[in-house]
Amino acid sequence: MEAIFFWALAVGLLVSATALVAFRNPVTNAVCLVVALVMQAALFITLESFFLAAVQVIVYAGAVMVLFLFVIMLLDVREEARRRVSWPLLVGVVGIGGGAVFGATKISSLFPSSDKILHWGQSGGGGGAKELGRLLFTSYSPLFLTTGVLLLVATIGVVVLCRKDPEV
Amino acid sequence: MIFGEVTLGHYLALSSLLFLIGLAGVLLRRSLLIVMMSLELLLNAANLALVAVGRFQGLPDPQVAVFFVITVAAAEVSLGLAILVAIFRIQKTTAADQLSTLRF
Repeated sequence: MEAIFFWALAVGLLVSATALVAFRNPVTNAVCLVVALVMQAALFITLESFFLAAVQVIVYAGAVMVLFLFVIMLLDVREEARRRVSWPLLVGVVGIGGGAVFGATKISSLFPSSDKILHWGQSGGGGGAKELGRLLFTSYSPLFLTTGVLLLVATIGVVVLCRKDPEV
Repeated sequence: MIFGEVTLGHYLALSSLLFLIGLAGVLLRRSLLIVMMSLELLLNAANLALVAVGRFQGLPDPQVAVFFVITVAAAEVSLGLAILVAIFRIQKTTAADQLSTLRF
């Protein structure tokens, strides 16, 4: 069961990510990104981190994608010029991809849990809002507060950057 | 057995492939908007690797890191798109190869 979900989601994620890089129409790219982000949220669920899956859908597939679509609408972006795909480039990318997969499996064998097989219901909790919230408000509370400052600064920065008349 | 059971290596291989696709998008695409979308893919690949390692090692802390990464990514997207809109107002383009006024 775990394997079926993993392979289906992995193939979907890689296909939608490749489509995001390959297609030239910006709206198509945005749709591909939404699909990829939802697939990623589902992969988080297969790893039993349910809170992060919810955050992923709300923040990425919700807020960030709305921002992207608004900017596409504002900028009136046209399709990019078609570019020639050279065969050496394609072969190089496939080769680097194979190398990356090989390297990742090698790196994963360095972890003590590398031979562990994914079974649902055996993570011992830790993926829900309760456990993460407890960590956020105890061990990581300074970081959490700093995140608030970061978001405030980002908001002010966006307002300053997008003013019509920068002289005032 | 490669297909029957899922281990940490599967998730790390998937995340490295996702990172590679995102990197190709950042390097090959000319529209800055698409480059930013590919940047999101890069961050997502890192998130996937973090969550997978946390799940297989039985640690909740990587998930907290992913939480912060998502927050920083949201701030980054909002600022980046604001800069993009500001550039578009002045230069009337978002193609990376035409924005060369800062080039020395």
